[in-house]
Amino acid sequence: MHEAVILAAEGANPIVPNVWEIVVVAIGFAALWFIAVKFVVPAFEKVYAERAEAIEGGIAKAEAAQAEATAALEEYKQQLTDARTEANRIREEARTEGAQILAELKEKASSESARITAQAQTQIQAEREAAVVSLRAEVGALATELAGKIVGESLNDDERAGRVVDRFLSDLENQSAGAAK
Amino acid sequence: MIALALPAADEGGFAPPSVGEHLPAIFSIGSFDFTKHTLLVLLSVVIIAFFFMFAIRKGSMVPGKLQFLGESAYGFVRNSVAKDVLGGQDFIKYVPLLFSLFFFILVNNIYGAIPILQLPTFSHVGGAYVLAALVWFIWIGLGFKKYGVRYLKLATVPSGVPWYLLPMIVPIEIISNFLVRPITHSLRLFATMLAGHLIVGVAGSGIEFLIAQENILLQGTSVLVLAGAVAMYFLEALIMVLQAYIFVLLTAIYIEGALNADSH
Repeated sequence: MHEAVILAAEGANPIVPNVWEIVVVAIGFAALWFIAVKFVVPAFEKVYAERAEAIEGGIAKAEAAQAEATAALEEYKQQLTDARTEANRIREEARTEGAQILAELKEKASSESARITAQAQTQIQAEREAAVVSLRAEVGALATELAGKIVGESLNDDERAGRVVDRFLSDLENQSAGAAK
Repeated sequence: MIALALPAADEGGFAPPSVGEHLPAIFSIGSFDFTKHTLLVLLSVVIIAFFFMFAIRKGSMVPGKLQFLGESAYGFVRNSVAKDVLGGQDFIKYVPLLFSLFFFILVNNIYGAIPILQLPTFSHVGGAYVLAALVWFIWIGLGFKKYGVRYLKLATVPSGVPWYLLPMIVPIEIISNFLVRPITHSLRLFATMLAGHLIVGVAGSGIEFLIAQENILLQGTSVLVLAGAVAMYFLEALIMVLQAYIFVLLTAIYIEGALNADSH
């Protein structure tokens, strides 16, 4: 019995393979490897890839939305800035225009006033001259008459009387001009 | 150990299971025996292929429970092994190989923990040889494909070693890289599976033997064996998963070493 067990153990050295077992495992593994290459790995990788794509696609979409939002914001800001600039420009224009109008009005007013003043002076001058002329004539006549009455002699020689009066008046004027100086 | 504690096996006593025992063939074609082993190997291919194709059949964006399970299992090999070890963009080329290796070994190991099936495929050394040899050819082939003959120098002459040490280092590198690697790669898997299988077998037959004893005290010791066997069962279950992981991780490391031989 003892001997038989040893013999059996020697007859089946555990690290000496059975050829058919090698063949069976080789075939079995080859079949499995083929299935893995052909079906299993592609199927799993496809799912992995699809999932990765879905996630990345979602990220890309979110990024696109973000970019769009940023662009819109930028646009709004730009528009706001434009509007502000425009408003400023309009205000500035209005101010300038207002100032211009004011200046024009002032100028107009001053020229008007100057014109009115000039007209008034002209008128005054004319009236004064007219008054002077009429006064001269009247004062001459009155003075001549008065002097004639006083002297008792008729000084009806108009031409002479007129000359005397004129000389007197111009003397008077010269005198007052000298006094003014 | 158990046998030593028993009374001398004179009266037709305890015959522990040995590595020489094999189950009878289910049927034979010439010298080819279609055994339970054969059946289980083929069944594992069907189980893996069916499970993953069924899990991913809908291929929906938001996975259901089964798809999530399938994706987690696939993602473990893809990300935790292939991507982490190989890195870069090219790792995807090696995912089918690593995926097949991992689940093929895993399912065939787990057989050992399932009652009735109870036969880890790689407790027979042939299967371990085949897979280790395949991996060996693949990484050496990749090395030569990428670097040509220069690969021999890259793989055996480590950089930065003083010249006078090279006569010693180079033979060691040749032996460890090209000869020892495939042997340890296959025997590690085979030996752990065989040992686990035998321990469960020995414990099982030991319990059976002790129960049949007339002495009540000896019968009682079968409980201790049973407790030990249950503990060993869980340890074995862990080792089954661990060995599948180690095998595929080493495969990835060997491939990475061959692809980046110039930076090692």
